[in-house]
Amino acid sequence: MMKAKHQRLILIMGAVIILVAASLLAIYALRNQASYFYTPSELTEKNVEVDRAIRLGGMVQLDSIKTANDGITVNFLVGDGEAIVPVSYRGITPDLFVEGSGVVAEGRLNADGVFVADNLLAKHDENYMPRELDGIDKTAIENSTSKSSMRGGQ
Amino acid sequence: MIAEIGLAFLWLAGALAIGQLFMGVLALRNGDGQGAAYASAIRPTAILQGLLVSLSFICLIWLFMVTDLSVKLVATHSHSLKPMLYKFAGSWGNHEGSMLLWVSIMAASGALVALLEKRISERMMIATLAGQAFVSIGFYAFILLSSNPFERLSPVPLEGNGLNPLLQDPGLSFHPPTLYFGYVGLSIAFSFAVGALITREVGPAFARAMRPWVLGAWIFLTLGITAGSYWAYYELGWGGWWFWDPVENASLMPWLAATALLHSVTVLASRGALKAWTVMLAVVAFSMSMVGTFLVRSGILTSVHAFAVDPERGTFILILLAVYIGGAMALFGLRANTVTEGAKFQIVSRETALVANNVLLMALLAIVLMGTLYPLVTEAMGEQVSVGPPYFNPVSAIFFVPMLIVMAVGPMLRWRKDSLQRVTTAMAISAMAAALALLALVIFAPDAGLLPSIGLVLAAGLAIASLYPLWKRNLRRTPLPTYGMVLAHLGVAVSLAGMATESAFTTERLVASQVGESHEVAGWTVTLEGIEPVAGPNWTALAARISAKSGGQVVMLEPQSRNFVKPFTNTSEAALHTQWFGGQLYAVLGEQAADGRWQLRLWWKPFVHFIWLGGLLIGFGGLLSLIGRLVQVRRRPVKAEAGQGSTDPAMA
Repeated sequence: MMKAKHQRLILIMGAVIILVAASLLAIYALRNQASYFYTPSELTEKNVEVDRAIRLGGMVQLDSIKTANDGITVNFLVGDGEAIVPVSYRGITPDLFVEGSGVVAEGRLNADGVFVADNLLAKHDENYMPRELDGIDKTAIENSTSKSSMRGGQ
Repeated sequence: MIAEIGLAFLWLAGALAIGQLFMGVLALRNGDGQGAAYASAIRPTAILQGLLVSLSFICLIWLFMVTDLSVKLVATHSHSLKPMLYKFAGSWGNHEGSMLLWVSIMAASGALVALLEKRISERMMIATLAGQAFVSIGFYAFILLSSNPFERLSPVPLEGNGLNPLLQDPGLSFHPPTLYFGYVGLSIAFSFAVGALITREVGPAFARAMRPWVLGAWIFLTLGITAGSYWAYYELGWGGWWFWDPVENASLMPWLAATALLHSVTVLASRGALKAWTVMLAVVAFSMSMVGTFLVRSGILTSVHAFAVDPERGTFILILLAVYIGGAMALFGLRANTVTEGAKFQIVSRETALVANNVLLMALLAIVLMGTLYPLVTEAMGEQVSVGPPYFNPVSAIFFVPMLIVMAVGPMLRWRKDSLQRVTTAMAISAMAAALALLALVIFAPDAGLLPSIGLVLAAGLAIASLYPLWKRNLRRTPLPTYGMVLAHLGVAVSLAGMATESAFTTERLVASQVGESHEVAGWTVTLEGIEPVAGPNWTALAARISAKSGGQVVMLEPQSRNFVKPFTNTSEAALHTQWFGGQLYAVLGEQAADGRWQLRLWWKPFVHFIWLGGLLIGFGGLLSLIGRLVQVRRRPVKAEAGQGSTDPAMA
């Protein structure tokens, strides 16, 4: 029979090893699996690899939402005042997904440079903003409104 | 006037909590002479404190029920046209009210401990109540100094702002209180642990006193998580049931810790083993409920930047967090060596299985915690990341799978000393069930995917294994806690089976439909019969009438797209049809395209409802166990100083 002290030590060691392994694994996986958030200008500058899960956030450009013939696929442009990225999404758009308002799209870039979204996050209500849009919000809104006023003038 | 009375009650309760802490300290410091006076006053103080803060909360409910718009909180979160249920529930559907609810539950629980608990020594009771007062003082300070729910508003507005329509749902009204009961139960468990550490009485008596609180907290957390998941499933209209959202994780982390604590406290209560480990888990569980509160209440989830801009509340909670967790860890570090060594056990024994289960639960907790905090840390350093299922699912599965195996085998083993040979038959039968499931998968659904397949195979094995404790037993004389354990473990298998089938076999159809057009979804013929306007108390909606035929059966579904009046918001209400031995048909109405077609999203989700049925089974198992324990206490009152190594026949 093993001595009680040894046994206690083995149990503690086992516990420590498992917990350390879990933490190391978590750190390793977080570095690889965390999906990064990009604005349209970052996406065009940084050459993001095709088919990597990322998030794209910006303002839905005015007059850009087009529904395809199947009645389900929605194509639109997301911009941040500097660059514009085409986005394609199959599905029911979230409530308050409208032109000139903020959106975060989860998905991946395809080989043609179109961002294929699996999921769209728009504002739940007027008080809520996807937190990634915090920084770019103001300037982008100003840009899109200034564009709209330009259009209005034309 | 009511608001001022409520505030006065709250201040008084806070003052009593400070008094309670000092009485406790003085009673423990001074021996029998002076100390006795303080000692005799501490229980009544705790009871009075619970009473006062409950009255304060009732005042707040009253203000919401009559929609007193001169109170700022009512004006910003309520509306005179809101249905009565949501006026009532609205009193805790906001930051200030929910914190008041929190501290009310906490003080009421403290009062219950003071009233009912007779099994622990008087010294430990004093230390426990003092510890409880220490924790609640922080919350009183937080509410009174930075989140006063009774603040008046001048000038008085004509109408209130209303409540977020997503929150106007009967299930959700009771979701936060359910979780709070869980969090607070863990804080009581923590107070007991503090009491036991201070008085150096970590032993079975302490474990028996703490166990009902851990069990109760765990039941509430289980039900809260189950309800929250179902709410997200039908209210958000995405058909998902778990998003690894930080708010969900905030309730999952205390649950994982409470599950571990629940199992180790049982070992301590009945076998006198795992003393230091149990106390540490009590500290971890309480820390996790604090982290949960911090994540949800500080506003840090909306944005680290927003948190930095309006730092008062967040910083306050962060300081509380640091003081409590740091203090608890320090106390544990200082006193851990005074915890006597527990009863011995062999490597092959139920104790070892429980330790393994505990360690694996802690590993899962670490994974969830790191995944939840990582985005906050990187954002603070200037990089935006989001962590989702691609991280959580595979990484947690690595530890979840062995945990399920331990869970299947553990209850077959005897306490203290056993051999694997003795339980070979039982293990073989469960393994056969798993093998049959595997065979069925290979033949009928070879492309089900790795994780769902593993899930189904393990669920089959676990379901059979979980029944083992009832095998060859006199079912009438089997104690309730044993039934509780069997049901809870079976519930895990049921829930797991639901998750796996839903992930592997869901059929989705996304269509643009004319009125009158039909679509096929997994054997159902779904026809859009018409679209019509509907009006509710504070919303208007477009409702789709959809008929779904399968075999000879026809059911009607009415998904809606709702517009709330105040605040102006659009939500979609999914429609569900449940087939108890089949699954759920799920329909969402989208927008109308320019050519007049309506977007419909249709899902057939086989056995998805098992996820929540399993959750309910787990909770019900906990309830049976709790009832069993309480009945046990009434039947045989345990002396305050139970000797070490005393056994608990019900656990045999």
